[in-house]
Amino acid sequence: MAEVRYSESHEWLRVEDGIATIGITKYAAEQLGDVVYVELPERGKKVAAGAEAAVVESVKAASELYAPVAGEVVDANEAVKADPAKVNADPEGEGWFFRLKLADQGQVGKLMTKDQYTDFIKGL
Amino acid sequence: MVAFAGYEMPVQYPAGIIKEHLHTRAAAGLFDVSHMGQAMLDGSDPAAALEKLTPADIAGLKPGQMRYALLLNNHGGIKDDFMAARLPAESALYLIVNAATKESDFAFIEARTRGIAHLAQQSSRALLALQGPAAEAVLARHVQGAAELGFMKLGRFSVAGVPAIVSRSGYTGEDGFEISLEQDQAERVARALLAEPEVLPIGLGARDSLRLEAGLCLYGHDIDETTSPIAAGLAWSIGKRRKMAHDFPAAERLMAELFEGTARKRVGLRLLDKTPAREGADIVDNTGRCIGRVTSGSFGPSVGAPIAMGYVDAGFAADGTELAVMVRGVGRPARVAPLPFVPHRYRHSQ
Repeated sequence: MAEVRYSESHEWLRVEDGIATIGITKYAAEQLGDVVYVELPERGKKVAAGAEAAVVESVKAASELYAPVAGEVVDANEAVKADPAKVNADPEGEGWFFRLKLADQGQVGKLMTKDQYTDFIKGL
Repeated sequence: MVAFAGYEMPVQYPAGIIKEHLHTRAAAGLFDVSHMGQAMLDGSDPAAALEKLTPADIAGLKPGQMRYALLLNNHGGIKDDFMAARLPAESALYLIVNAATKESDFAFIEARTRGIAHLAQQSSRALLALQGPAAEAVLARHVQGAAELGFMKLGRFSVAGVPAIVSRSGYTGEDGFEISLEQDQAERVARALLAEPEVLPIGLGARDSLRLEAGLCLYGHDIDETTSPIAAGLAWSIGKRRKMAHDFPAAERLMAELFEGTARKRVGLRLLDKTPAREGADIVDNTGRCIGRVTSGSFGPSVGAPIAMGYVDAGFAADGTELAVMVRGVGRPARVAPLPFVPHRYRHSQ
């Protein structure tokens, strides 16, 4: 069973077999509005927890996507690069950004659960 | 909602910026631009008074005509861009200035025309813009006669029973109208227009992408007090008579620039990959040398690609010049493109 967690900077990650799939939350996608461009990390790149890992541009502005956990990039979603509107259409599904091979599985548990994240965005 | 010039403004409505933008070009969009500053300038000769501060031909405005004009400081820098109009059979001039600059503009105009003209701010007036190819048909259902106005013409009309100043003008490159009316009547008129099937409400985000595609300057970004009207490509707003008479602020300098050229020029830029370039991005030549700066940049929904405006050294201003724009430390290929990016579709008088 995949474990899904959320960060305060509005990324989600789904962990299966030591690999985390990462994207931006529905809340973040709504706040950004129409996404027109995403810049994804190269495969093989090692990212630290909290480091800038991808860029998402809406019509209005550019925003960073931070890696919620450390790891090595093993996959990037070419489909959102080709069609950035997928980020708005299905942010927590088809609109994923990249996959990381986790450096430290223990970092995942420090992130918010779905219920905690739901409470967190209510307070914003 | 975002704070903008002291107003709470919606960046977008539920449709979102791209849909709002495309809808305005396909049908009609309604913009609440009540934050703009409106005033009447009256006196024995308000046109002569205003001409001390702008190089536009104000005295030559015919009754029922509106004109784009620049408010200049003593050095010929642009204090603001604004609309000046002469209503039919009225002595006062009707002025519309930008929201962020309205207080300083009005104070400046008052101080410089004291004794010869009187400025009356119209702060109780709201302003609605109905823009797009369906604007004429929509407005015709609520106003008699406004559909016959040509581009940059105006008059007083009754809109859905409410007294209003209606001009055929706007900030999108599309045909359309701007409707000035008392604020306590504005919501009723706005709701009546929004009830029409062609009309969607449009937020600030699409207002910006529409005007950028139309190649129109945004004050405080593409033009400001340090900008020469000539470098900005706005010499067309200087009246012919004014060019002959040299009777406007910094006329000698601006006329010299007009004949000799300026060091930098405002240009349009097409980004050749998909990354938008934003305001402030450096523009570089093929050796990496900085030769300009982006002043407005976004994704152009009708163009279907990122577009920008900025200033480049004059030697790089020709259409088609290959350049690069620095985004996140990487030079992204770009090409100088003619403005507007999307052809204007104004409805000129027959």
